[in-house]
Amino acid sequence: MRWFWIDRFEQFEPGRRAVAVKCCTLAEEHLHDHMPSWPVMPNCLILEGMAQTGGILVGQMRNFTEKVILAKVTKASFLRHVRPGDRILHEAVVESISEAGASIRGTVTCDGQTVAEISLMFSHIDQNLGGMEFPEENFVFHEGFKLLLDSFNIRDDAADGDASGSQQK
Amino acid sequence: MAMTREEVFAKVQETLVEALGVDDDEVTPDATLTGDLGAESIDFLDIVFRLEKTFNIKIPRGELFPDNILNDPDFVKDGKVSANGLKELKARMPHADFTDFEKDPDINKMPDLFKVQTIVNYIETKVAG
Repeated sequence: MRWFWIDRFEQFEPGRRAVAVKCCTLAEEHLHDHMPSWPVMPNCLILEGMAQTGGILVGQMRNFTEKVILAKVTKASFLRHVRPGDRILHEAVVESISEAGASIRGTVTCDGQTVAEISLMFSHIDQNLGGMEFPEENFVFHEGFKLLLDSFNIRDDAADGDASGSQQK
Repeated sequence: MAMTREEVFAKVQETLVEALGVDDDEVTPDATLTGDLGAESIDFLDIVFRLEKTFNIKIPRGELFPDNILNDPDFVKDGKVSANGLKELKARMPHADFTDFEKDPDINKMPDLFKVQTIVNYIETKVAG
């Protein structure tokens, strides 16, 4: 089972940009302790949302055949808190991609305000072995994950940029 | 109009400051990327991406930072780069200075070939062409 942190894609332009939604809720148990009496989403989880948004965007560019791993946080600036009830948008834009990996520039917003600016690098780890060998099976984008991706309507041919399918926005 | 060597260096310096989070006075021509500036493997890809944007050039894989040399048994023997390996490296890295490395081609010293000046030399060939 793969851990999904983002809720769904609002927009998906293959090879260019993606916008994913994450709804913050007090039902998330970690918020009961972070912080006591003043729940706020940990910044590392805001970063995780961008890593998932950008990672799926990059993975789709090679039809999910590469093992795409977060390799470097190039930039991470956090400008405001995210609290239960907030609905945040992760926008990832592809900056560069090669055989070896990719970089994205990301912005997180809530109600039109900038929450964070996050830039990341991803490695296609099979192309960066450095003497290491990884399992042949794609443990990043495995079959179960791809089936779940179908619910996002972004596999292979979602070229119209609208990843919401028949859902209402 | 072609860029001067100083202009190329200034842009390379700026690129490395942003990619590696170092101070600009640390980025001297002789500074090694890994030893002096703390670059890790993924940083090399970051540097390539940034150089492509900064200079509006395409850097084919392995051209600036050759890979797979150390995996070839013909090129490495007993922890040292063989004569064949050295020949191959020189052919693939005409932008690097091998003066020190040739004296003791220990594979652990290979990262010292990747200096700031190595990048500047490479970029000069790209922007001139």
